Amino acid sequence: MAYIQVEEQVPGIRSLVLFRPETGKYLYQLVQLLLRGNHSLSEAERELIAAYVSHRNGCIFCTNSHAAAARCLYGSAAFIVDEVLINRTFGCISNKLKFLLQIAGKVQLSGEAVLLEDIAAAKNAGASDIEIHDTVLIAATFSMFNRYVDGLASFTPNDDAIYTEMGKRMVEKGYQLPEQPNK
Amino acid sequence: MPYIPLQEHLPGITGLLEYRKDTAEPIRELTQFLLRGPNSLSEAERELIATVVSSGNNCTFCTTAHTAAADRLLGESNTCNMVKENIETAPLGNKMKALLQIADKVRENGKLVTPELIQKAKQSGASDLEIHDTVLIAALFCLYNRYVDGLATTLPDENSYYNQLAERLVLHGYTRLPQGYDHLKKNNSI
Repeated sequence: MAYIQVEEQVPGIRSLVLFRPETGKYLYQLVQLLLRGNHSLSEAERELIAAYVSHRNGCIFCTNSHAAAARCLYGSAAFIVDEVLINRTFGCISNKLKFLLQIAGKVQLSGEAVLLEDIAAAKNAGASDIEIHDTVLIAATFSMFNRYVDGLASFTPNDDAIYTEMGKRMVEKGYQLPEQPNK
Repeated sequence: MPYIPLQEHLPGITGLLEYRKDTAEPIRELTQFLLRGPNSLSEAERELIATVVSSGNNCTFCTTAHTAAADRLLGESNTCNMVKENIETAPLGNKMKALLQIADKVRENGKLVTPELIQKAKQSGASDLEIHDTVLIAALFCLYNRYVDGLATTLPDENSYYNQLAERLVLHGYTRLPQGYDHLKKNNSI
């Protein structure tokens, strides 16, 4: 049971933005720009950063949904998602993405944890300024979403199939504010 | 030195928001609505939430800026100083104390917010909307604090910068200044 009176059975962030669409619309705009806007990092890579931070924060809803979106986007290379999230092995991704994930992991702990050497490693592996900027902002944004979703105890489904479907929808439709259910 | 090239005359968050203006817009609008929009919590109370979270996250820029804004709105600096030391003994009502305790838990991790804490807030008169907004403000400042420190933004050279910033946050709010920020360049100040 969520801590506030949201629509029952509507999971995670959706229930919260339906409760307060005035703030929800900006949250969806931000995540749409960050994860779906034109970028030198692929959508799959950006979803992986989102899932990685959510996993480190222990936010099951955000982890499962963004991992599902990342699997869908990676297609035949979907195993990468489990390698990174579950096995914590980075051999299957580029050095650049590995160092960007390392920065994201530091941001998850605290902004102050990001050191010059973390940035230098990413730059040496070919990361651009905007890629570093966006990695930090995606990690910071999911540090917000994870706290919002868990801090209000929003409904977290435990059926894998639900997340697979959710991931597909996130890939096909992107992040659009959900419409109010008809009553 | 920031980790990415930011305009030198814009310390803290402002340089970042000017670096990528398209993502800045929803962040600014969200903050404007949460901290300045119509709400049963006063602007000062909402600034206190931002301050407590930023202070707990050890983010110097955000803590100093929002302390200055809260002080200005309250007309005194005692409350803000005390609340950063200890929420329980600060000169605030029970509802505000309970909401700030929720915010402080959200700061650590959302899962640390217990039904007991929520119950305490509700029994002190907090509405669902107030609880929602408290959690979202706290979560939003976890974003800001990480953004500002994660890219090693600079602190202002002079402390008076925070007073001017607080004045802008109180009188204008969080949306981008229509004329931009060139007037903050040192040799160009008005």
